[in-house]
Order: sequence, then structure tokens, then C-alpha cells
Amino acid sequence: MNWLYAYMPIAGVHIWWPGLVILGLGVGIIGGFFGMGGAWMVTPGLNVLGFPMAFAIGTDITHMAGKSLISTMRHAKFGNVDYKLSLIMVFGTVGGLEIGARNVMWLERIGKIDLYVRCGYLVLLTLIAWLVFADVVKRRNKDRAARAAGRPVDPMATGIEWYKTLQQIRIPPVVTFTRSGVRCSVWLPVGVAFVTGWMAGILGIGGGLVRMPSLIYLIGVPTHVAVGTDLFEIAVSGLYGAATYSHKGRVELMAAFIMLIGAAVGAQIGAVATKYVKGYGIRIFFGVAVIGCDISVLMKVIAAANPQLKRILDASAAVLIIGLVTLLALTIVIKFIAGVREELALKHEQTVVAV
Amino acid sequence: MLRSISRSMIFCIILLPANLLAAAERKTADAVLVADSRNLSGIMAWWANLFNESHFYFALLTIVVVPLAGIVLGTAADVLIGRIGIDLKSRALREG
Repeated sequence: MNWLYAYMPIAGVHIWWPGLVILGLGVGIIGGFFGMGGAWMVTPGLNVLGFPMAFAIGTDITHMAGKSLISTMRHAKFGNVDYKLSLIMVFGTVGGLEIGARNVMWLERIGKIDLYVRCGYLVLLTLIAWLVFADVVKRRNKDRAARAAGRPVDPMATGIEWYKTLQQIRIPPVVTFTRSGVRCSVWLPVGVAFVTGWMAGILGIGGGLVRMPSLIYLIGVPTHVAVGTDLFEIAVSGLYGAATYSHKGRVELMAAFIMLIGAAVGAQIGAVATKYVKGYGIRIFFGVAVIGCDISVLMKVIAAANPQLKRILDASAAVLIIGLVTLLALTIVIKFIAGVREELALKHEQTVVAV
Repeated sequence: MLRSISRSMIFCIILLPANLLAAAERKTADAVLVADSRNLSGIMAWWANLFNESHFYFALLTIVVVPLAGIVLGTAADVLIGRIGIDLKSRALREG
């Protein structure tokens, strides 16, 4: 079975290359659908496949820059990208990312990188999962209350509305983001971007994992626009991350390229699938993915503390990540196919009626 | 909600100096990795040698190749998706 393993010259490891293809394609679909790089699956996934953590982080950010560019091109045609908001956030992200990357190099020097990064992932993923499902429950309660009162259900209503309070903080300059329908202090998106950029630098993610829910819950951007806007920002900040990590010698470009081939197709499918799913459908999918990733990282942390369980837990973590990516990707592809069929059938009907 | 935000901000402010110190600490050398190009040939050997000789040029290659590959592959995938016949220029905005 040696032919299933490719030698990575920079990292100096042999990697099961079908795993790279599955990760690239699957995460391309998921990333294009959720509006993020998918790095929070790829970094642990690459680590599980055998890359040292610093390489997993650098390679992931690099492939994510290219993949996010592809997804952005598609989302822009749907009108889902708020360029003004994205470009303002880039300033905060780049600053935070550089500090995060330097912290990673320090952690690597003191030999604590694996433990700190995994624990950081655990805390973050747990908080985000809680946030998403608390929001879903609140929104459902609002729907029920509206129906009970005989009022029409607002299609744009959301559950958690922290953004309403934050938008009231009017530290000048105050700006209007037309595409997102948001008016707030410019320091809100810059601050959110700085913190998410720092987390991205430390955890090796594009920031979308944190930035997507931040755009929705802290800034108040509609879900579909948050998806597209986030992807554009990831493309820009990912490129910066790719430059800094490759200069630090922690990028396996060959692995990034293999993943990018699959991701190119996947990103198109994922982005188009958002046409056929409502905002809360996207949020629920996202919450499920976060929980799966959380469990996988927990397995790795337990394995590190219990060497006798390492083999079985490492294998289980790998199966869970690859399985989760495959399952989510398949579900999104099914939504894509069903939506396309319905749209084409409607188009055909309209053509027949017109004739 | 404002109380929990301000508590979180205080927590972050307490943590921030540690991180800034970590970033600004006395410079020590990062671990230097060298690619083993002894058994490689052709483009793989060139790639590994470029990495060993200059991280700057390697980084330059990375930031040129990655977006270029993204644009080329994305455009090709876009053309393919366009052939399906669906509306790729608009979508309905709805949360629930």
C-alpha cells in the first residue's frame, strides 16, 4: 500500500494522499457553503494525517487563500460580498494574525504548541457550538410567539441579537455598510477582526470559524452576506498568512496544491448550494460541524495525556474528521442537486407557459 | 449583556499583555528546518532546494502560485457550473 503514501519534501513526512483529496474537496464544499476557509477541520485533519502542527497550520492557511478566492468569485456574483466591510476588517485581521503567528513560533520553541493549540480549539469550538444552538432555540421561540399572536413571521428575524447593543456604541467615525444593511462605529468591525485574526494566527484557521458568527452576532450582517464577505476577507488574510508561514518555512506547498484541486470544484458546489438553503439552515449545519470537530480535538487531547490510548483515539479522531467532512459535504451536495433540479424544472415550466 | 461583555473585555485585557510580551520577547532563533533533497529529482528536487536556499523566494513562489491557481481553477469550475443552466447571478435573502 506504499503507493497510497506521498512523500512531502518540506515537512519530511509520508502522507496518505487520498486523505488530502478528501479534505480538499469536502472542505471546499463546506467552506463555500459556510463562508469560511474550513481550516478548523483541515488543521486538525492535516495533523491527524501526520503533519507536524506548525506545518498543518501553515499549509492549511496557504490552501485556504486559494480556495477562498474561488468561493468569493462565486458569492460576488450572487451579491453576497460587502467589499467595504471586508476591506476595513482586513486591517484588524492582519495585525492580529501576525501577533498570533509569532505566538505560534514561540510555542513551538518551548515545545508546547500541540497542547495549547488543541486546548484553544476545544474552548473556542465549545463556545461557538453553544452560541449557534442557543440562537436557533431563541429564533424558534420567536416564531412560535409570532404564530401564537397571529402575527406574520418575520423572515429576517434572528435569535441572539447582541449586535443591536454593539451598534449603539457610536465611537466615530460611524460608517454605513449598504450591502449588509449595517450602520456602526468603524471600530466594531476592526476590533472584531483583530481578535479573530489573532485567533486565526494561533489556531491556524482562516478566522471564518470565529469571524462568520462574529459578523452575524456581533455586527448584525445577514447570514448569506456574512458568508460571502467572510470569504473575501479570508482570501486576503489567508494570502498574508501564507506569506508569513512560508517565509517561516512551515508550508508544504505540494499538499496545499493537491487540496486546492479538489477545493476548486467543491467551493463552487458549496457556494451555489447556499441559494437553496435559508439562513438558519446554514447556521444549524455549521453548529453540527463545530460539535464534530470539538469531539475530534478532545480525542487528541486525551490521547496526548494517555499514551496507552493514543493509537485508538488517534485513529478514531481521523475517522471522525474524515467522516464528518464527507457526511456534511454529501448533505450539501444533495441540497445542491435537489435545488438545481427544482430550479431547472421551474424554468422549464415557465418556458412552456410562455410558449 | 453589557455586563458580560465588559467582564469578557477585562479578562481579555488581563490576558493581552502576556501575549504581547510573548510576541515582543527577546529574539531567539526559530527552529530551522531543512528539506531532505538527497533522494529527490526533477521539480521536487528544485522545489526542496529553493526552500533550503531562500525562504524569501519560496514565500514569493507561494503567494504567486496559490492565487494564480485559485483564479485558473475557479474560472474553469465557474464555466462548468454555468453549463448547468441555473441562475448564477441572484438569490433570495431569507433567514428563516
